[in-house]
Amino acid sequence: MTNLVIADHDNAGIKAATLAAITAAQKIGGDIHVLVAGHNCAGAAAAAAKIGGVTKVRVADAATYAHALAEPLAALIVGMAGDYSHILSAATTSGKNVLPRVAALLDVAQLSDISEVVSADTFVRPIYAGNALATVQSKDAKKVITVRTSTFDKAPADGGSAATEPVAAATDPGLSTFVSAALSKSERPELTSAKIVVSGGRGMGSGENFKIIEALADKLGAAVGASRAAVDAGFVPNDYQVGQTGKIVAPELYVAVGISGAIQHLAGMKDSKVIVAINKDGEAPIFSVADYGLVGDLFQVVPELTKSL
Amino acid sequence: MKILVAVKRVVDYNVKVRVKADKTGVELANIKMSMNPFDEIAVEEAVRLKEAGKATEIVAVSMGPQAAQETLRTALAMGADRAVLVQTDVDLQPLAVAKLFKAVVDKEQPQLVILGKQAIDDDSSQTGQMLAALLGWSQATFASKVVIENDSCTVTREVDGGLETITLKMPSIVTTDLRLNEPRYASLPNIMKAKKKPLDTMTPDALGVDVAPRLITLKVEEPPKRQGGVKVQDVPALIDKLRNEAKVIP
Repeated sequence: MTNLVIADHDNAGIKAATLAAITAAQKIGGDIHVLVAGHNCAGAAAAAAKIGGVTKVRVADAATYAHALAEPLAALIVGMAGDYSHILSAATTSGKNVLPRVAALLDVAQLSDISEVVSADTFVRPIYAGNALATVQSKDAKKVITVRTSTFDKAPADGGSAATEPVAAATDPGLSTFVSAALSKSERPELTSAKIVVSGGRGMGSGENFKIIEALADKLGAAVGASRAAVDAGFVPNDYQVGQTGKIVAPELYVAVGISGAIQHLAGMKDSKVIVAINKDGEAPIFSVADYGLVGDLFQVVPELTKSL
Repeated sequence: MKILVAVKRVVDYNVKVRVKADKTGVELANIKMSMNPFDEIAVEEAVRLKEAGKATEIVAVSMGPQAAQETLRTALAMGADRAVLVQTDVDLQPLAVAKLFKAVVDKEQPQLVILGKQAIDDDSSQTGQMLAALLGWSQATFASKVVIENDSCTVTREVDGGLETITLKMPSIVTTDLRLNEPRYASLPNIMKAKKKPLDTMTPDALGVDVAPRLITLKVEEPPKRQGGVKVQDVPALIDKLRNEAKVIP
């Protein structure tokens, strides 16, 4: 058995999410190869070679792969698939974009967002917003898998010394072109890998009021998240969204501010180690999962908390 | 330009599902079913493209049991012109749905297919990408803005770090994210009119598609329940708990 893990990277380094996918591959067993497909991506390839447990890094360095467009990337992976029993990626927007395309081209089912490896062909995955856990077995010869990064430990970023080998670029189908990216610039840690997350909900009332969430987050060295209601209301961008249809997080500490606790939100954060809820409605469902609940006006409580820390 | 739009009948957003005692699945008897919320966004986008003069016809397509007709009627009431149901009681997995969809696309020859980015029952987030693969078409997943001009489609996508804009050669597959639009409610007159719009039914056999599941569900279980903790009186009490009991802050 040999696993191919598709790296999420920015050409200079490897994203933390990929480290979790590598751990899932280790649980499957066999060699672990990492594909770094990018442009001027020597930095990312070198970082991949250092990851503990990786046996080989395959590097496709071409302008075609500069922006991880689904069509050329899928063509590349399909061309390499003959060497592999398992093809994995973190369940990031990039992995979710490209791997189903790979699976269909290989005529195999995809296992989405696995939270546990039972054996080389059997996996656990959450369904219905995490309200049920399905154990599924794949009958296909090859397994194409996206990995829920919050439920696997991260493989060590250092300690490995894998060989690096170039891969020739595949023919670009030329179906799409990159125009631009507007990435949120933030000094704060990334939401899915942060140790502490402070999230705001509909109770924040406005985007302007998120300043008090940000102040608390900065005091704690935390990432800022939000409920779908807060995104729907236009308070914050969608990449803040924690929940079934947004990001899945499991930090050491999750502080839910003005969030009622709809099942779709709980789906994204209920595996956090410690949950704090601050809400003026003592009956809000968020309190049923919170380790520590504080019933009160968030506009008084949050600034007081920030000041006292 | 013709648009196909995918709709799936799923357990309603507000229902908290229960796992069956025999662990074979979740309890679906007597539960409210609705259109998958991301598919409502897909239908809305198609209707807006038609209202803007970019599209001439919208065909709503669903795969599943006979009851999925209701979901298609909802799409018709929102503004789709006609509907196609590929009817089967087999538990369809995304690859099978994508293959059925490809067969319908081959018949209908649309320029654009819009699907939800994921269904809120199996949370797979695969069908659109798989359909694009099978057709050899361009794809834009997690769309928050779609602009159609001549033979190209420019899509702004919700990605992990923010937004990304790409241009696709059409024909194309687009999957919707939640900020793309706010779906309309069907008006009563439109619901009445929808009852008279054409709805064709076909079968996987007639389309020549093998829909046998590739993934076997061995069991479905409840996740471990998280116990609620304590309520604290004030901020100093909260900080004390976090510092000395949970030890998550210094």
